[in-house]
Amino acid sequence: MSKNTLVIENLNKVFTTPNEQVIALKNVELTVEQGEFLTVIGPSGCGKSTLLKIIAGLDVDYTGKVELDNKAIYGPSLQKGFIFQEPRLFPWLTVEKNIAGDRSLKDPTIKQQVAELIKLVKLEGFEKAYPRELSGGMAQRVSIARALLRNPAILLLDEPFGALDAFTRSHMQEVLLNIWQTNKTTMIFVTHDLDEAVFLGQRVIIMNPRPGHIKSILPIDLSFPRKRSSLGFQEMRRAVLNEFEKVEEETYTIGAGI
Amino acid sequence: MVSLTNKEVQTRANKQSIRSRREYWRKLALGSLLPVLLVIVWEVAGRNGLLNPLLLPTPSIIVTEFLYLWQHGQLLKHLEVSVWRALAGFLLGGGLGLLFGVLVGFSYKTQQLLDPTFQMLRMLPHLAVAPLFILWFGFDETSKLLLIAKGSFFPLYVNAFLGIRSLDAKLFEVAKVLQFKKWNLLTKLIIPSALPHIFLGIRLSLGIAWVGLVVAEMMGSTEGIGFLINDARSMSIVATVFAGIIIFAILGKLTDALVLSIERKTLRWHNNFTGR
Repeated sequence: MSKNTLVIENLNKVFTTPNEQVIALKNVELTVEQGEFLTVIGPSGCGKSTLLKIIAGLDVDYTGKVELDNKAIYGPSLQKGFIFQEPRLFPWLTVEKNIAGDRSLKDPTIKQQVAELIKLVKLEGFEKAYPRELSGGMAQRVSIARALLRNPAILLLDEPFGALDAFTRSHMQEVLLNIWQTNKTTMIFVTHDLDEAVFLGQRVIIMNPRPGHIKSILPIDLSFPRKRSSLGFQEMRRAVLNEFEKVEEETYTIGAGI
Repeated sequence: MVSLTNKEVQTRANKQSIRSRREYWRKLALGSLLPVLLVIVWEVAGRNGLLNPLLLPTPSIIVTEFLYLWQHGQLLKHLEVSVWRALAGFLLGGGLGLLFGVLVGFSYKTQQLLDPTFQMLRMLPHLAVAPLFILWFGFDETSKLLLIAKGSFFPLYVNAFLGIRSLDAKLFEVAKVLQFKKWNLLTKLIIPSALPHIFLGIRLSLGIAWVGLVVAEMMGSTEGIGFLINDARSMSIVATVFAGIIIFAILGKLTDALVLSIERKTLRWHNNFTGR
């Protein structure tokens, strides 16, 4: 097994409320190799965000095996970067200080790395700006740079572009692909946008709710950069949509029985 | 991005500074409108014999009295004593309030232990406890400082506590993911997030310190602005009472403006509704 492989075997997660037990994840099996771009898609309540939080180490209340680089995940670590749906920048810190976070900009190496990351996410000239002066897309790029400074082996993204408009979103997707190709960081990208899943992922994981589990995994054999208008893209999109509709049908049937 | 030449930047900056200067005078004029109007009406009414000069002397008489006291060094002497008392009491009470507010904010157990007691003490009026303080500590400085400290303790305590508790759980999660150490958690996250509340606490505490000062100096004292007012009252020199009140108003406004300007510089990132 190569370095930094993520292995998930027989993962189960139950939420206990005073009245009932909800099975959030059932028997999830997944192996992600170093450098892979994985997208996860599914209707709300399918457990995709829960899965991401477990990999991040933000939720350790589960049964089964979740290992990164042959070590069980028992909490957050710098190996695993996390991008939230909102940028979650510290409003009292400038862009460069937000990226540096707990590290000091007085350290020339850190200063250098921060400058390079600002270039990578195309924010030159905004080093000293405060978060309130940034647009949504710019703020999210700062949060990506902040995660990248820690040099994570794996980057977990929880619907990071969900709140952005269509133009900004497609620009951000290009930025992210560029980062992925430059840094070879493993990406696990949760989304509810079909186009986004097909545009970014080498594999698309389709999840199904009640109980949350992986319904199917579709490899997207298209080379980068992908064109949304190309025939191949449209075919893959249709294939995912087919799976998706199956998911919806099943959900509906199960739902109808209750 | 639009790039500007140095000259253009300079012109823009000049225009902006003219605009902000004009804005400043406009704000000042609007803020002074009501007090100035009041003083004019007061003066006119006094000169036309509508007011009893023994109870309500005209502004011009008060100003003359004020200048007289100032020139004879009386005002300055009393002022020095009062400022020292208020400052020392504020530092003692406010400092302790900040400390306990932070402690209680951090720990739920400490909150359960201390907060009910503090909330009870908070409700005690100055005038109710002042006789006790005088009985215990006599008429000297200790009882006065403690009375002022008691007042300034609570606003800072309550607001520091609130500031720490108002930390955004989402930002805390970010710090967890980024593996912030305890020290950075404090300096990069908890303190900056609590600062707007703490500044409000400082301003309220300073205000209460003035109130406590007057009460303390009126209860029994031989110097200080509070004494000056009380002494003048007992001899029915109303103009001196007004002079004392004016000095309190000026000083109160000045300290508040000072804290406010520090707050503005420190909280430049803060993005709030400023009113229309």
